[in-house]
Amino acid sequence: MPQSETFPRGNAVQALLKMSRLIDAVTDFIGRQVYWLTLVAVLVSSGNAMIRYLFDNSSNAWLELQWYLFSAVFLLCGGYALLHGQHVRIDVIYSRFSRRVQLYIDVFGTVFFLLPTAVLLGYLSWPVFVNAYVGGEVSSNAGGLIVWPARLLVPIGFLLLAVQGVSELIKRIAIIRGLIPDPAETGHGPTAEEELARAIAEAREQQAKTAN
Amino acid sequence: MTQFIIHNMAPLMFVGLFAFLLLGYPVAFALAANGIVFGLIGIELGLLQPTLFQALPERIWGVMSNDTLLAVPFFTLMGLILERSGMAEDLLDTIGQLFGPVRGGLAFAVIFVGALLAATTGVVAASVISMGLISLPIMLRYGYDRRLASGVIAASGTLAQIIPPSLVLIIMADQLGKSVGDMYAGAFIPGIVLAGLYASYVAGVAIFKPKWAPALPLEARVFREPGGSSGIPSLLVIVAISIAISVGFAKNVSAIGDLMQPLIGKKFSLNGLDELIVVSTAVGVGLAFIAAHINNWLKIGLLSKIAERVVFVLVPPLALIFLVLGTIFLGIATPTEGGAMGATGAFVMALARGRLSFKLLRQAMDSTAKLTAFVVFILIGARVFSLTFYGVDGHKWVEELLTQLPGGQTGFLIAVNILVFLLAFFLDYFELAFIIVPLLGPAADKLGIDLIWFGVLLGVNMQTSFMHPPFGFALFYLRSVAPAKEYLDRVTKKITAPVTTGQIYWGAVPFVIIQLIMVSLVIAFPQMVMIYKDEAPKVDSNRIEINLPAADGNAEPPPLTEEEKKQEASSNDDIMKALGGKGDDKPAEPTKEEEAADDIMKALGGKPAPPAATAPPAGKQPDAKAAAKVPAAPGKSRDQQAAEEIEKALKGLK
Repeated sequence: MPQSETFPRGNAVQALLKMSRLIDAVTDFIGRQVYWLTLVAVLVSSGNAMIRYLFDNSSNAWLELQWYLFSAVFLLCGGYALLHGQHVRIDVIYSRFSRRVQLYIDVFGTVFFLLPTAVLLGYLSWPVFVNAYVGGEVSSNAGGLIVWPARLLVPIGFLLLAVQGVSELIKRIAIIRGLIPDPAETGHGPTAEEELARAIAEAREQQAKTAN
Repeated sequence: MTQFIIHNMAPLMFVGLFAFLLLGYPVAFALAANGIVFGLIGIELGLLQPTLFQALPERIWGVMSNDTLLAVPFFTLMGLILERSGMAEDLLDTIGQLFGPVRGGLAFAVIFVGALLAATTGVVAASVISMGLISLPIMLRYGYDRRLASGVIAASGTLAQIIPPSLVLIIMADQLGKSVGDMYAGAFIPGIVLAGLYASYVAGVAIFKPKWAPALPLEARVFREPGGSSGIPSLLVIVAISIAISVGFAKNVSAIGDLMQPLIGKKFSLNGLDELIVVSTAVGVGLAFIAAHINNWLKIGLLSKIAERVVFVLVPPLALIFLVLGTIFLGIATPTEGGAMGATGAFVMALARGRLSFKLLRQAMDSTAKLTAFVVFILIGARVFSLTFYGVDGHKWVEELLTQLPGGQTGFLIAVNILVFLLAFFLDYFELAFIIVPLLGPAADKLGIDLIWFGVLLGVNMQTSFMHPPFGFALFYLRSVAPAKEYLDRVTKKITAPVTTGQIYWGAVPFVIIQLIMVSLVIAFPQMVMIYKDEAPKVDSNRIEINLPAADGNAEPPPLTEEEKKQEASSNDDIMKALGGKGDDKPAEPTKEEEAADDIMKALGGKPAPPAATAPPAGKQPDAKAAAKVPAAPGKSRDQQAAEEIEKALKGLK
């Protein structure tokens, strides 16, 4: 990739790229913290079932906590999944386009699909949170949790998604203009499937060695 | 022009949807954007209320508070931990040895292990990769036909899609507004029959083309006894003993329950055939496991090597199946909690085998979170889309289109299955389930098609999307691990030819055909699925009642579970009608019908209905979470209900 020194880059462009790197780092950091909540949800959920069976006892607060955690995971990791290119596409046609066309599609989609969606949903869900917070809304289930933390997750989630969308946009445009190398060409890391295959193969090697 | 748009809004939106999706931008956002763009057009043209989008936050809230979807990360996590635990490899090695000596044995082993893995959690990629790495080289070494070997591996891997607990079935149940427990019960027999069809195909090949599927030669059978015997009789003996124990336990369960009473403090009893089967099997298998362990520790040599190995490798997956499906079917856990218990069990097993590292745990968490995010965002996108689509009466348009198909139920089913089969070439099952299924469901329901049957049928159909060349994911995963170049076989020291992509594609064809036969079998014999109805009262996880004092201290009748509601809707319909129909001029004395109704209510576990009460409201109950999982009113998908709610709200605004 032409990491061209001759290309006239203004301070503004550099500032944007810097911002994009910062956003990526923040998104990545948040994702890496939040994904552990799944483990907490697993423990809470299996705990709920066992306690109900063994002690005939159950609490709506703990039942609700399960999906609070679940909501936190998917909402707060929406941007994280975007950063790592995990939102699936229907690529029957997309995959046949040249890389350049793909980049233009991404720019178009970010501007007209992702950003409006994220902004609209974030904007609409903010007053819902404010109402819940001001009104001190509590779950309609007996002994349920207060509602506003879960309501707050929605605008935050879409804000994170929108911000990551801006970063993706900056990166795509920078790639098109040759300002940064294209990660698709330098290659991603191994996919999850490749890693699994490697791990199984290694374990077999190990086994064969110890057997001999 | 404007008139044309107004009159054809729904079809235009549908065409627009495909244009947006095919562009190749992530589906979640393309879907949502489609809903927003057409929503704005609709508002501009006066078709929709300007407040339309105000309904969106509640729709997102509905996705968040959906307990069923929680099963997605749980089962995903379970699968990710399991695939690294070495369980699949051990199973393939041992079962391969067990079945290997017969013709086609390795292929049977692949099918058997595929079905077993599918019943633990089932991730297609993981099954195909482990089989491709472990069984494929052995099959190639001993001269299996390359097409047969790769086809059977790809197909057996996809069994994960249809054998419970599968994510497809969970999402299908959610989208059709049915209980996951019913969906599982309904899919069980078709899943087993399908595995049986694969096996009969292999048996046919072994008989008519023996060269394609040879038996393992003597030198390749590792678990031989010092005396040269196969050790199979010993295995048969232990199998017979554990079956005898299971049956004995089942026959004397009530006496055993009495014995146990002082120990566990309550009468241990089982109700229903399925509980009996689950628990008795667990007892038999558990004792076999203990026997094998004692044999191993004391080195008494009561069991042959192969018997001991088989017991050891079979117990972990059976234990997991018990932990997940057993607890769901016994009504101890909801399907979601079953997933959580399975994940916990997988952790424990991986720890016990020394395969759980922090790095692996982190990778599993990472993958789970990413998958959950993308799946749920597709659903959110679909909810944004459907808000507008239903607003412009798109659901009615689709319904009319589909119910007008010639041939009634069968015609509809055939047309829909062809449609889904074709769409599956370029949509994956999450997209099909979130976009297409909610549109098909109401039409099917209108034609009187049982939605569980319909869901299972679509599940079997979508399974093909993993297998058909050239896009099938199972084929893709197999390609990534099958030898692409000539290689030196480690055991025979011979140069072995690679498996070509063409062989993988052709190998899949017979299995795709079997799959289509299976689809027609499910259409022709709905009894295979309908068995869930007999099981239903025990299977339905929603019967787990959580009775907490209501917040306001009112003695609200405990919420009816979905099952009870269904029963009420059907068998008690008349009585309830008689009750409700009386309305205001109800006599003070309870009538016979009322008493009968009360008795039935009592029998169902509810409190006697107060005289004026009709059926309890279907809406949210104050004190129920797992119990009142706001079941969709019979015959209505959630979207339909939501659409009606919105319509009502909009009318209110006008």
